[in-house]
Amino acid sequence: MLRAFFASGLVVAAVGLTANPAFAETPVEVLAALKAEASGTPGFQGFSAEHGESFFKTKHSHNLSCSTCHTDNPAAQGKHSETDKLIKPLAPAANEERFTDMKKVAKWFKRNCNDVLDRECTPQEKGDVLSYLLTVKK
Amino acid sequence: MLLKVKNLTRMFAVVVLIMGATMPVAHADDDEDEGRQPAVSNAKWVSECGACHVAYPPRYLPAESWRAIMSGLDKHFGSNAGLDAASANEITAFLEKNADTRKHETLAKPLLRITETRWFKSEHREVAAHNWKNPKVKSRANCGACHTKAESGDFNEDNVKIPK
Repeated sequence: MLRAFFASGLVVAAVGLTANPAFAETPVEVLAALKAEASGTPGFQGFSAEHGESFFKTKHSHNLSCSTCHTDNPAAQGKHSETDKLIKPLAPAANEERFTDMKKVAKWFKRNCNDVLDRECTPQEKGDVLSYLLTVKK
Repeated sequence: MLLKVKNLTRMFAVVVLIMGATMPVAHADDDEDEGRQPAVSNAKWVSECGACHVAYPPRYLPAESWRAIMSGLDKHFGSNAGLDAASANEITAFLEKNADTRKHETLAKPLLRITETRWFKSEHREVAAHNWKNPKVKSRANCGACHTKAESGDFNEDNVKIPK
């Protein structure tokens, strides 16, 4: 009996180790959540990948843009502007972990928008940027 | 006879084990021990602190410094690095538990930068000014520029490679 118990434990552990990393959300689901949020804003007409790209590459406050750290090619590895710490690619096509956890997405948008724009980004801006990132090929 | 040899071998093994556990490991000087200490880790610390810079090992600052850093994350060296309370508490506890416990001169304000500690300055006294100014190094906070295994908490001198 005990042996069977341990054996089943081993099977569970083995399955846990071999299963694909379980992501909480997909980037498309994250985009849908941003859309639901943006829909509440008067005059919302959907997201624009084109606007997202220009927002991503435009310098805002402190001479910083998203691309300062994430580079002009979000499928490439980036570098922290102060510490040179390597940053994994941001585009989901190049990094399957990106935009798969709503909490993480919210946290980093908040933090990085505060650094780059001295304010939080609007749902429109976030959705535009994610729409752009989803168009980036590996 | 065979039994005796077996017993002797066993005894010898036990003695060696005890010696290994109790004998102080010989090092050139106290400061250089730092790079050889086993690296402690905590998943939250790696993912949160290590996102923007090397997750600086807790042993490089005393607990009061870590407390000061963790209670001022909203103004963290020019950036708002505020965390949710649960993550902040977990990381603070990890940092405090593994902090530098050596005696330090009492300062009016705890040091917030590892690079300002006497230990850091002394360890890096042989690094020339032009090395610090090298764009590949850029900042003293960029441990990984020279400490090739900094990401894994290994600051051993043998793994230092100063970029040209």
